[in-house]
Amino acid sequence: MGSVWEYANPLKFMRTTDWLLPIVAISAVVVTAVGLIWGFFFTPDDFRQGSTVKIVFLHVPAAMMAINAWVMMLVASLIWLIRRHHVSALAAKAAAPIGLIMTLIGLITGAVWGQPMWGTWWAWDPRLTSFLVLFLFYLGYIALWAAIEDPDTGADLTAVLCLVGSVFALLSRYAALFWSQGLHQGASLSVAPGTRMDWAYKAPLYVCMVGFGLVFVALLLAGTRTEIRSRRMKALMARERMV
Amino acid sequence: MIALLTRDLRLALRAGGGFGLGLAFFLILAVLVPLGVGPEPATLAVIAPGILWVGALLACLLSLDRIFALDYEDGSLDLLATAPVPLEAVVSIKALAHWLTTGLPLVLISPVLGLLLFLPAEAYLWLILSLVLGTPALSVIGTFGAALTVGLKRGGLLMSLLVLPLYIPTLVFGAEVVSRGAQGLAVNTPLALLAGITTGAVALLPFASALVLRINLR
Repeated sequence: MGSVWEYANPLKFMRTTDWLLPIVAISAVVVTAVGLIWGFFFTPDDFRQGSTVKIVFLHVPAAMMAINAWVMMLVASLIWLIRRHHVSALAAKAAAPIGLIMTLIGLITGAVWGQPMWGTWWAWDPRLTSFLVLFLFYLGYIALWAAIEDPDTGADLTAVLCLVGSVFALLSRYAALFWSQGLHQGASLSVAPGTRMDWAYKAPLYVCMVGFGLVFVALLLAGTRTEIRSRRMKALMARERMV
Repeated sequence: MIALLTRDLRLALRAGGGFGLGLAFFLILAVLVPLGVGPEPATLAVIAPGILWVGALLACLLSLDRIFALDYEDGSLDLLATAPVPLEAVVSIKALAHWLTTGLPLVLISPVLGLLLFLPAEAYLWLILSLVLGTPALSVIGTFGAALTVGLKRGGLLMSLLVLPLYIPTLVFGAEVVSRGAQGLAVNTPLALLAGITTGAVALLPFASALVLRINLR
């Protein structure tokens, strides 16, 4: 085993993901299915929220991955800016649409749950607002990638946008906190003693979180492979035009 | 650098520079809102701080693409990039020129528009103060957005998508200062945070803007 930077070589990356991707993809499907089925059909109803509590098994993992995807993009952008590994830039590019969809899932499941529970689809609550802001940041990032033709320029510019955007996304998060505590409950899971969630819910929730993490990794690997292949295809077509 | 500043100011002020368009937009927004919402003073007084801040922000946004686009087209941006003055300084000067031709007039005209929107009398001081403190951040952040999209042919719409999310913290704190001032509450905390965002953006963002400008000029 060499260093992790070996995988910055596209050839090595492709060769490794050739066998890694199916494993991750299958385990992602299995774990997510187990978690969701367990969560939806084999947990008791909450004494106050009834069966609506079960949306937590979609909501929390999706929200978690929405933030993690941005953090992963941030790290990948830094690696691209510092070490100029193309796979890293392409991985950041591939992560953005996944993060966007995860954010959307978080927002929609939250709205669907909020309607019967809070009596409203939407509230300008700090957490909801910062998620909407995160959604806008994803949109801008993806649009910038789509607008620039030269791949290296695109990678550079989006990487800088990701860095600057992260700072402002954090600022927005705390700016929104400024209004009020809001409707959204605190963290569902916490390492602090006396957490409010029973193990009957916590166990399937953890399974779902692992499942969503695996789904993210699988989609990310697939997306990065697609990007590498399309890059190769462009190079081949350029070469053909030269002849 | 002073030569660059006077050049930019002169270009903006003379015909075709688009100076005043932002102001006109600001005015039109302040006229349209009462027409759309209805003329009740009570309603307007409540939403006036937010409207004025959103208007200032959009008026700023309108003139952003002028910061670099013309210089990029006629090649003077390449000259500026190779000039002995560091590009970070050029970017800062450009942001300053943008603020002097857009932000400052907005600040000066805002009390008049506050009158149109029945802004409570206690809030005027805070409106002006928050705009003075906040609009430099809008110019500096906008310069970053303009630098990101300078090489693109249809960059305008994309730039608004990129810049508006970055404006959110400034908007939240700025409008919060005014609405707290209107209700007679303490404004120290949002005012300090607004000033913090502005000083932080003025100090750090020119480096990011110069970096993306170099990438775009490569």
